[in-house]
Amino acid sequence: MQNIAEAFGLALSLVLSGEADLYEIVGLSLRVSLSATLLASAIGLPVGALVAVSRFRGRGLVLVVMNALMGLPPVVVGLLVYLSLSRSGPLGFLGLLYTPGAMILAQTILIVPIVAALSRQVLEDLHAEYADQFRSLCLSPRQSIATLLWDGRYALLTVWLAGFGRAIAEVGAVIIVGGNIDHLTRVMTTAIALETSKGDLALALALGIVLLVLALGVNAAVQALRLTAARQAHA
Amino acid sequence: MAIFRITAAAALSLGLAAAAQADDVSIIVQSTTSTANSGLYDYLLPIYSGESGIEVHVVAVGTGQAIRNAENCDGDLLLVHAKPAEEKFVAAGYGTKRTDLMYNDFVIVGPEGDPAGVAGMTDAEAALEKIAASGALFASRGDDSGTHKKEVALWKAAGIDPTAASGDWYRETGSGMGATLNAGIGMGAYVLTDRATWISFGNKQDYAVEVQGDADLFNQYGVIPVNPEKCPSANIAAAQDFAGWLLSPEGQRTIAAYQVDGQQLFFPNAPGN
Repeated sequence: MQNIAEAFGLALSLVLSGEADLYEIVGLSLRVSLSATLLASAIGLPVGALVAVSRFRGRGLVLVVMNALMGLPPVVVGLLVYLSLSRSGPLGFLGLLYTPGAMILAQTILIVPIVAALSRQVLEDLHAEYADQFRSLCLSPRQSIATLLWDGRYALLTVWLAGFGRAIAEVGAVIIVGGNIDHLTRVMTTAIALETSKGDLALALALGIVLLVLALGVNAAVQALRLTAARQAHA
Repeated sequence: MAIFRITAAAALSLGLAAAAQADDVSIIVQSTTSTANSGLYDYLLPIYSGESGIEVHVVAVGTGQAIRNAENCDGDLLLVHAKPAEEKFVAAGYGTKRTDLMYNDFVIVGPEGDPAGVAGMTDAEAALEKIAASGALFASRGDDSGTHKKEVALWKAAGIDPTAASGDWYRETGSGMGATLNAGIGMGAYVLTDRATWISFGNKQDYAVEVQGDADLFNQYGVIPVNPEKCPSANIAAAQDFAGWLLSPEGQRTIAAYQVDGQQLFFPNAPGN
């Protein structure tokens, strides 16, 4: 129990001490997970929107697969990306293994299904409301999708946050493809795993607290953005 | 859709900028965990990099996984502790030359109550026999690491097949040294660990070294540059330079100078020093 009390004090002193190592790790965590979430949105939102407005044979199967892929185990994604990026693998010539680029790639694969499946649900509900209007305006599917994405943007922010939450919290994929290399690919979660394996449980927990506060900060920023935008829209 | 294209481009460029950073003169060492978790690299690498200008990136995994990663050409240098497996690696043409680097020893740690009554023993095999006979818990790495290979060899020498009791008194954690120590201490089990990891381990609770001093508990570390014929992408010149420094009188002195709590963790024994 004394570990937990010690951890809160340690977390505070870590942040206040302005230790460069901590800020480097926090910075890389944010860079990797934000990049992965942006990339996953760029892929997942159009896919989710397309499936939401389309009716085709086998659509039920696509929905089941999309939803199931939300449960992709990070360690499996890590292994697949490792095998692809390994020097002896098909993409080994890129030299991406053990770089932040590899970590972004792995996290992107991990959260594309989350963004696609959740945005599909959000946009499908919205589409049900708009379908008659779209038909009367004779909008092309492309225009319909653009309208849905724009009008559903606030709900989609929550989808985006779900993807980011998954990315910033996972350790299984980034530790395999990043290698937890000091000053190169060490992020919050792999640093926590390392301190745990060193038996420094208080420091591990302190890093966990910093990570939680970080996630809280990102969520609060998005919430503030949403409120400001909504206020301006109604002004 | 323009917004997606912009974000995709931004995210990609972030990733590529990150990849470009790794293009300075740097090597990847596939390493056992004990040298990383004990802080040896944190002490050695700034000294070496300051002199040579070569960045050394350490991927610390179990010896078995480190060897497999190096066989996939995902490293320039191998630093592990399982001599038979290392010799096999070189014989199969994956590495150029294996050299003894340093040593320490393995110890068996256990809880204060010492349920198997092995405290103070110096015969590792006899101690394992006693643990097995008493039914006291034993936590094994179970991950094909150097420490796990050593443990399997010790059980074999004692004529016991502990895996028959797997899940009963023999608990295979399938994870690293630190995680296995955390688990073993949590369940009150005996654990075989290298002394460097144990001395620097922060969660000892009521545990202490129970068995030590057997010649069979010797723990030799070796260093092997990967073979450029198998791995043309390897940064072999820089890997050779780092290996050469580790094996040089200066590198060996630096290894010997590293201490935790006033105790030396690794004892250099490169040939010719």
